[in-house]
Amino acid sequence: MPSKSKSRKSISSKKSNPSTSLFGAEDEVYCEVQRILRSRVCGSELPTSLPNLQDQRKHLLNIIERCATQGESNSALVIGPRGSGKSMLLKHVLAEVMKDRKVSNNLLQVHLNGLLQTDDRIAIQEITRQLKLENVAEDKVFGSFAENLAFLLESLKKDSSGAQSILFIVDEFDLFAHHKNQTLLYNLFDVCQSAQTPITVIGVTCRLDVVELLEKRVKSRFSHRQIHVFNTLTFEQYCNVFKETLTLPSNFMDKMFAKEWNNHVKELTGDCTVTEILEKTYSLDKSIRSLYSLMLLPIARISADRPTFEGQQLLESRKLHSADSKAAMLHGVSILQLCLIIAMRHLTDLYEGDPFNFEMVYNEYQKFIQKKSHTVQQFDKSVVLKAFEHLVALELVKPAEHSTGSSTRTQKEYRAMSILVTSSQLIESLSSYPSCPSELQHWAKNPMAS
Amino acid sequence: MAAKGKSRFIDVKALANELEEELPCRGRQIALLLSLAGQPNHTTCPAVFVYGHSATGKSAVAQSVLESISAPRAIVNCVEWQGQKQLFEEILNQVAEAGPSPENGFTQYARCDNANDFVRLLKGVVQEKEIEETVYIVLDKAERLRFMEGHILPAFLRLSELSQCNVCVIMLSQIVWEKFRCGTGYCEPVIIHFPDYTKNEILEIIASHPPAGYRCTFYASYVNLLLSIFYMACRDLNEIRHLAELNFPKYIEPITKGEATVDDAHKLWRNIEPHLKKALQTIYLREVSSAQWEKYQQEVSGQASLPNMLSARAHVELPFYSKFLLIAAYLASYNPARTDRRFFAKHHGKIKKTARISKKKETSNQLLGPKAFPLDRLMAIFYSVVDARVAPSANIFSQISSLVTLQLLSHVGHDDQLDVPKYKCTVSLDFIRSIARTVNFDIIRYLYDFV
Repeated sequence: MPSKSKSRKSISSKKSNPSTSLFGAEDEVYCEVQRILRSRVCGSELPTSLPNLQDQRKHLLNIIERCATQGESNSALVIGPRGSGKSMLLKHVLAEVMKDRKVSNNLLQVHLNGLLQTDDRIAIQEITRQLKLENVAEDKVFGSFAENLAFLLESLKKDSSGAQSILFIVDEFDLFAHHKNQTLLYNLFDVCQSAQTPITVIGVTCRLDVVELLEKRVKSRFSHRQIHVFNTLTFEQYCNVFKETLTLPSNFMDKMFAKEWNNHVKELTGDCTVTEILEKTYSLDKSIRSLYSLMLLPIARISADRPTFEGQQLLESRKLHSADSKAAMLHGVSILQLCLIIAMRHLTDLYEGDPFNFEMVYNEYQKFIQKKSHTVQQFDKSVVLKAFEHLVALELVKPAEHSTGSSTRTQKEYRAMSILVTSSQLIESLSSYPSCPSELQHWAKNPMAS
Repeated sequence: MAAKGKSRFIDVKALANELEEELPCRGRQIALLLSLAGQPNHTTCPAVFVYGHSATGKSAVAQSVLESISAPRAIVNCVEWQGQKQLFEEILNQVAEAGPSPENGFTQYARCDNANDFVRLLKGVVQEKEIEETVYIVLDKAERLRFMEGHILPAFLRLSELSQCNVCVIMLSQIVWEKFRCGTGYCEPVIIHFPDYTKNEILEIIASHPPAGYRCTFYASYVNLLLSIFYMACRDLNEIRHLAELNFPKYIEPITKGEATVDDAHKLWRNIEPHLKKALQTIYLREVSSAQWEKYQQEVSGQASLPNMLSARAHVELPFYSKFLLIAAYLASYNPARTDRRFFAKHHGKIKKTARISKKKETSNQLLGPKAFPLDRLMAIFYSVVDARVAPSANIFSQISSLVTLQLLSHVGHDDQLDVPKYKCTVSLDFIRSIARTVNFDIIRYLYDFV
């Protein structure tokens, strides 16, 4: 790799320069690299093109343009799994539409989100705020939601000469369907249908069955226009996204550096370790968001000491992503707690998944400890109970479902519990446990021999 | 990259080294968090989830990292601020640095009732104070967020998208991330694990702060002894540190008395070992408080005379009939109903041999716990164990309900059931035996498990 070694050399030569201060040119370049790459990966910058979403883009563009220019009312739903780029598509389309002066003068946007506007009262306040009508609607009393909305739309009409079109973008649309009587959705779709003011409602959701959540009267007013956004990237396109995200733009401050960097990125995508990691991630999750989160860590580590984005760091990041968190937690429990987990596992296997209580676990633990207490220390019942309660607090053990109603009334020793650690997880964590007594491993494998 | 951004340049590596000296054995995690944070004006990931056991330095690392880069931040504990209103207002107060104080008449920065207002106000704060850096919101004990309103956790996870500010939410928890997921899914945060300290690391951390007048190595050898007793049961750094401080005066007692020297490790060990084993049963379980333990150490009295405050709870003074009611309830809970005839009727039939054999297969009731019984059965057993004739007066029935309020019995099923209510006995065997002894009643003879 001649270019890489060259880039390293140039860096080292610059680093040895004693005049390199904290704010030296070198650091500044890396700072800028990080700024550009981070803003891409963390989702604050839109990608320039949408290669695989052209149909959806055209469809949305068409709907919004017709609303703005011809005063048509419409409704549509953008549906797709998490991280498939629904919001990104919408932002992209809006940015494109707003470039047109004719459209941007005539189109008001209202953004609603189901996570924030948790009931219809908050939603109508937010609509008022976003339409900048607070002073108009300030001290009015409205009999109903419909009246309120009609007033808002009416006051917009008076303002301008023609009818102003409004674009409602409803994010987390499925959460609005859980509001009481679906008043907001009903009224929005009703205005859509009755052709008073031109409004367009675009819902964004990740639920495929979202239409089934709607009430009949709401459903009949919805136009049933659905735009599906799925992760349809092939692996090659996926790799391309990886490459493009890392590539520095042509107007980068240090042209020489950018050129070397881009060459390095091109080489990187051909690297077999990188391809392997990407393949694994791709087979788990096709969404670009997961790719971005994989790339975030290596990007964050780019600095003057580690000047390049390398496969090794990508591998490290992947390890961090695919780590089994429960095994990691099991690694940190004490030996006594490990004994209890093994005992619980045996009880669950013995009673075929029936819940157990602390007394049974303690009984099992006693059986083990009394038969062979070579290195495993014996503890009082109350100490064991403390360890058991710690396991409950860590949610490695949970109260069995059917006893939750009366669980407050039974003693803690007799509360029915079930374990949330599988046998394979247990065996695996025992083998990686630091200085684990061999009796424990033996006991975990054959319960009867205890 | 304005002039402000340049002047606040952060040398990540130097900072990491500096912090690691302060927080030993957490170098990797500090470096990871610092590199994720990057320069103050960089975009960061919207959410970071940090998990690990208690006392692995999650809060300490998060706090000192944020302090060292002097980022605008809010550090809140979700146990402290339970409702969403309080939580949001506290975060706004801290970000705006305008908490309740005498100067402003103890007012909040702003009134904030719901997530919608919170996002709007947060945007307002960032604009008002012209914050260009990343704003950090640290949510300690984040597992509590799961029990708040359902939309709060997902809203925090995509706060930077919702508010369009440069915000990073750091969540700290003991529970693994898988247990936070619900509904249609969230924006996944970056997950960081804080591993537990190894034995050597615990030793290193505790021994680095020896009490005044003693060497590090001497204190380390003491902590090593302590760990040999406690490490199997407890790996919590805070707990071990507390125990080490508490028992140290006892350890150095031979030295202060002049019976041993600092180098006489064997003698010191023999002196402390039984003491530490007692400590495991008493102080570790908080049966005696730390203050009592210290007081006890100064007096040279026998260990057995130490009053066990919480265990003393096992002696409760009850009225005569209440005692019998409780005994009857215990018998009804732990004996199967079909054996009542055998224990309490005068002329019970022959005990068949087959019945005895089949008993072996059952698991003991002492393991399975108490069973519910109807009021009728309780009264029947009560009359057969009490010798005197007792009228079923209102007094007797009110004693039953007061036993329920004392939580010695518990009511099973619906609370509104007046007709033949069911109860369960919730006291331990030791407790009921001591009660039975006071009224000269041999309870073991009547318990099915022990016959």
